[in-house]
Amino acid sequence: MPDLNQTWFILLIVLLSGYAILDGFDLGVGIIYPLFSDDTHKRILLNSIGPVWDGNEVWLVTLGGALFAAFPQVYATAFSGLYTPFMLLLFALILRATSIEFRGKKLHKLWRTIWDLAFFLGSSLATFLFGVSVGNLLQGMPIHSDMELHCNLLGLLRPYPILCGLFTLSACAMHGTIYLLFKTKDKLKKQIDRFSWHAFGIFLALYLMVTIFTLINIPQAISNFKIMPVAWLAVVVNILALVNIPRSLFLKNYLSAFSSSALTFIALATLFGIAMYPNLITSSINPMFNMTIYNSASSVKTLHIMLLIAIFGMPCVLAYTTIIYYVFRGKVELDSSSY
Amino acid sequence: MHWDIVILARIQFALTIMFHYIFPPITIGLGLLLVIFEALWLTTRRQVYYEILIFWIKIFAVNFAIGVATGIVMEFEFGTNWSTYSRFVGDVFGSALAAEGIFAFFLESGFLSILLFGANKVSPGIHFLSTIMVFLGSVFSSVWIVIANSFQQTPAGYHLVRQSNGFLRAEITDFWAMVFNPSSMYRLNHVLLGAFIIGASLVISVSSYYLLKKIHENFAKTSFSVSLIVLAIASYTMLLSGHEQARAVAYNQPEKLASFEGNYHTCNTHGTRLSLFGIPNSKTLKLDYEISIPDMLSYLVYNNFNKPVKALDAFPQIDWPPLMVPFISYHIMVALGMFYILISSLGLILLKTNQLFNHRYILWVYAILAVIGTIANQAGWVCAEVGRQPWIVYRLLRTSDAYSKTVDANQIIFSLIMFSLLYLLLFFVYIYILNEKIQLGPVTELKYKHSSILDAASDLNKHGEYSMTSTPELDEDDNNA
Repeated sequence: MPDLNQTWFILLIVLLSGYAILDGFDLGVGIIYPLFSDDTHKRILLNSIGPVWDGNEVWLVTLGGALFAAFPQVYATAFSGLYTPFMLLLFALILRATSIEFRGKKLHKLWRTIWDLAFFLGSSLATFLFGVSVGNLLQGMPIHSDMELHCNLLGLLRPYPILCGLFTLSACAMHGTIYLLFKTKDKLKKQIDRFSWHAFGIFLALYLMVTIFTLINIPQAISNFKIMPVAWLAVVVNILALVNIPRSLFLKNYLSAFSSSALTFIALATLFGIAMYPNLITSSINPMFNMTIYNSASSVKTLHIMLLIAIFGMPCVLAYTTIIYYVFRGKVELDSSSY
Repeated sequence: MHWDIVILARIQFALTIMFHYIFPPITIGLGLLLVIFEALWLTTRRQVYYEILIFWIKIFAVNFAIGVATGIVMEFEFGTNWSTYSRFVGDVFGSALAAEGIFAFFLESGFLSILLFGANKVSPGIHFLSTIMVFLGSVFSSVWIVIANSFQQTPAGYHLVRQSNGFLRAEITDFWAMVFNPSSMYRLNHVLLGAFIIGASLVISVSSYYLLKKIHENFAKTSFSVSLIVLAIASYTMLLSGHEQARAVAYNQPEKLASFEGNYHTCNTHGTRLSLFGIPNSKTLKLDYEISIPDMLSYLVYNNFNKPVKALDAFPQIDWPPLMVPFISYHIMVALGMFYILISSLGLILLKTNQLFNHRYILWVYAILAVIGTIANQAGWVCAEVGRQPWIVYRLLRTSDAYSKTVDANQIIFSLIMFSLLYLLLFFVYIYILNEKIQLGPVTELKYKHSSILDAASDLNKHGEYSMTSTPELDEDDNNA
């Protein structure tokens, strides 16, 4: 049985997976959005995520809250040490949220163009920053003995994190594209179908690059494989899911393609967790200064209370999520309440 | 140098929280009215209630979007700007924030989509249920955030533990004692009533505007009357809530009440005055231009005209809140609270005698009620939070010690400029869109045959609200697609 600290580490990975799968596709819709020029097509794209993006983003809010509650030291160190990237992330998320809401409020061409741009830039910047953060966490950051992170913005934009940022962009773009295959029809769908192959190709190329770079540069990424042989399962799932994406796209089985894409995200989040464990932030200065699930955690009592909150709360969350996706299933039809 | 960082971080927090707090009270208050209007529509099937419901759902959506977008900033800022504070309270405060996410935000955001987009997809009953859930979600959200904030005002259910790295932090001992800390429930009902007041004020303002312009009169009169009743109940209850709340402050945070009241010198021979007006003078420690009622504060706090209320001189000066901002914001809040009792009582009398909609000058006052309500809510929070200074957690951690050690002034200046510009833009767009929607007005001549939301909503499409539907040629594309 995992102890409370381990349980919360696993739960954070679960929340991260949930966030990546759900917000991943609506961010992805934003990333590929400029490829479409027809206003109706743009509206169909926006309305495909219209009823769900807000709920998807709540996963991020909950992830932040859970990190704050379970591992406050990590929350404090990361958020203050990465001040400027987090501010840019907030900027991107605000821009994105408001552009979805405001774009459709006027027919004026310039008005729509500006909000279109904001939606694309907000989605892309946010996704890129998530990837860069993951890359930095994997590569390690200058954590000192005082548990503070001392580095500047340029110190974070190293080659590996940038590669991870690009990889995250491609992954979300692919995920969003596959989601849109569910939501569109006719001409638009044909266009997206063609594009899904490009998206998968770009994703695959970056996937291979990230994998090679990780194996060469981040030795601790697979050090846990020796003590946790079950970690190989995540690798196998990852590869199978990856292979199944083009197969399902070819067979036009979009549910299978989307599930495989989602499974890839889960496998990647799991591999990220395995690579990090038991650290939450790795110190590039001295392993003694690593922030672990033990030296950064809340008290056992709080972890226990939080677990109860999660046990009561998460089934409700899954129920709401299921209901919403069920109600808004099927192709997008624009009506008076659409964006 | 670090003092500058504290000031900058405080300015940034004040800016972002005050801008954010324009929206959530409207979401909560308007949420209650949406529940009422939808219940009235479903029970009476009067078309006007349906028009009111649809009109206000659109405004609710715009409001909600900005509330969500600016709310996520708040959760991040504890970590980015106040990391020492986060390390100190994370064990206690974090669970309230996480609970807010799990219990409130998911509920709210999930059912919001049915409320906004689901009219064509679910039955009227399910739609009504969704409206209730969105309202409940917004209330739950306020519950958890007020609990978290109240822990900063009156910490309870914790003990202080020194970590292995020498850092002292608060750890939870009793979750329910933390939830029901001495101030949380007083403050919660105060916040909720404030939200109901601003929600009703907004509806009344727009209705008055229509009545003044003599357009949509049936719509306006109906929504005005319903909201006025909500406003009156909330305003009267607010008097009681405010009274209890001030008494709680007197017991829990006596320096804060002394700062609110401009009570600087304890006088042991007779009771303490209630100041109605004045300007705090920090040099002479007196109120300039003072108008006050002798012994009244003693009566309000202790039910005894002669028992003195502790003044600031009973506490070390290093623990004093600022004198000016809490005094002024508190008095603005109380004055506006009294104004609300007056204006809603007047409204009820005029409504009863069928004169409410004939007095144009009174309608002008009602037309700016939304602005007044926003000022009252903002002033309330300003006095609550500035009155807590110099503490970030009352008597445990000073604001000047709670900042992020790794963030420098330039970084905060950059983000402060970014937020200022972005929020300015958002504010103008918000006002612009609000104005567009108000000018456009409700969709009239709704012809629903089967009197269900489903059919009525599809009718909306034909009568068209230009901002939500496409141009004719786009509509063609729709059909081809």
